[in-house]
Amino acid sequence: MMADTPQTTVLIGSDGFDLDPSDETSIIEEMAHYEQPQAACIEALKIVQRRHGWVPDSAITAIARLLGIGPGEVEGVATFYSLIFRQPVGRHVVLVCDSSACFLTGFQELRQALVAQLGIDYGQTTEDGRFTLLPVCCLGACDGAPALMIDDDTYGPVSPEDLPGVLEDYP
Amino acid sequence: MSQFIASQRDSVRYRSRLMQTEAERHPETHPLTWRLRDDGEVVWLEEYLSKDGYRSVRKALADSDPQAIIATMKDANVGGRGGGGFSAGLKWSLTLQGDDMPRGYLICNADEMEPGTFKDRLLMEHQPHLLIEGMILAALANNSCFGYIFLRGEYVTAARVLNRALEEARAGGWLGADINGSGFDFDIALHTGAGRYICGEETALINSLEGRRANPRTKPPFPGQSGAWGKPSVVNNVETLCNAPGVILHGADWYQGLSGDRSENGGSKLYGISGLVEKPGLWELPMGTTGGEILDRAGGMRNGRQLKAWLPGGASTGFLLPEHLDMPLDFDTVGKEGSRLGTGLLTIVPQEQSIVALVRNLEEFFARESCGWCTPCRDGLPWTAKVLRALELGQGEDGDIELLEKLAADCGPAQTFCAHAPGAAMPLKTALKHFRHEFEAGVSARPVKAAEGQAD
Repeated sequence: MMADTPQTTVLIGSDGFDLDPSDETSIIEEMAHYEQPQAACIEALKIVQRRHGWVPDSAITAIARLLGIGPGEVEGVATFYSLIFRQPVGRHVVLVCDSSACFLTGFQELRQALVAQLGIDYGQTTEDGRFTLLPVCCLGACDGAPALMIDDDTYGPVSPEDLPGVLEDYP
Repeated sequence: MSQFIASQRDSVRYRSRLMQTEAERHPETHPLTWRLRDDGEVVWLEEYLSKDGYRSVRKALADSDPQAIIATMKDANVGGRGGGGFSAGLKWSLTLQGDDMPRGYLICNADEMEPGTFKDRLLMEHQPHLLIEGMILAALANNSCFGYIFLRGEYVTAARVLNRALEEARAGGWLGADINGSGFDFDIALHTGAGRYICGEETALINSLEGRRANPRTKPPFPGQSGAWGKPSVVNNVETLCNAPGVILHGADWYQGLSGDRSENGGSKLYGISGLVEKPGLWELPMGTTGGEILDRAGGMRNGRQLKAWLPGGASTGFLLPEHLDMPLDFDTVGKEGSRLGTGLLTIVPQEQSIVALVRNLEEFFARESCGWCTPCRDGLPWTAKVLRALELGQGEDGDIELLEKLAADCGPAQTFCAHAPGAAMPLKTALKHFRHEFEAGVSARPVKAAEGQAD
């Protein structure tokens, strides 16, 4: 932006965001799987998130333009799904399962241990940017309850004593 | 030392697994799992073919009669294994078909997010071709032009396995144009979700597949008439589709016979158990197996605890009591006891567990996962959770239990767009029925002022 540009209200996504060319290619490939390009919306958000860690406002407009739909539609989808992050997250996202099977088998102790060890609560990121802690609806690992997921890895059953060893793998 | 720590980490890494060995599983009695390997490795195409893989597709393509496939599935009465129990054959027969109709879509519902449920993961992570074969049969029956596997985003391993299996199937001529020289074209794409329980509802799933918020749609029109992009669409659960190859290959009578005299509902079922038992896990057993047998297989209650209550199949089913352990777990029998078979995966609650706290946990889940489309669900579930939190802390007020009953009724069947709120009401209603004294104990002894009396 040029220095002498008058101050204006910045609309969501009005600043330029260039999709990475290979990400753009991936999204276009996804679009081909469906009758309408909009169906690639969730995958497009996930593709952006894989590169950036989260989905900035400006990416919403870029995706909308590529899919040929309004930014409001993309924003509506981005805010609906819990695995799309609309704020920066840490290098690793810890999803803690609090569903019934985990609740019955020690979720509270596991959560308390995580909170104590990381010094953060749900929705927060450690000061060093290493971990973000989030709750998750059932991980489908109920025979391994209490369970948690770090990035792409599912763990269970996890006891508070297991935590230091598990977290160590995620620098 | 570091080696020791590494092995410690491996021991807590989760792997889905079956609790029965290869020696215990047979093609005649375990159609869903007999091909699985004890070492937990994936059964890829070559091995799958060597174990009768794609034989039912070969047979169906040779017969080339969609109505015969539907009739066999109907006669077998394969109940939907996503929790609803609706006859898959009947569902297939309701799809609009004919030369003047556009070819529609086949959607596999692999959005397994019901708390307490972990069975479809096993099938997808270890035996992807059984699902693909089932999908081809469903596509043949429904004249579907294309299939989607709608997989929840958290199942990363399943996504990797399915993608490789889809490539294998394409390379082997089992997917794509002119399958196995039959003239039938059908392919499948994997579509992964981004976290939301409501995506498991079939019309919400279709909205999500189309790249929208996962709000349910009004029925009618049913998906079989107008589904994805307005085309006739069939939505079937993973386990349901995995039943199709056996049924088509061996026939409806064989399938019915799998449950012996245990149940009017035929077939086998992936039953599982979680909660405070010695060995939580998953077994393929005849439909109509009792909760007691499954609890025994799991080694009983953990550390000698006493059983207080159990959910027969996920968070949206009603609480059952120890006296129900002898009941055959099938769609009809469990329904008559005021609960539902659901997904057939038991959640075990020990005596010392506060039911109010557990129901609070369940209702918080349902409140968080409401899509917000209709008022009883959007406003009623958070209100329910709030009242339960107060009762849990012993800070409830007179009238709270009646309020919970009213909220449960307002969220009951036919009050909302979809089954999310009625599902949420079920554990609450049954907990109030069986454990009312625990809720009453949460009401403080505060005297009710006359001025606060309700008008009705």
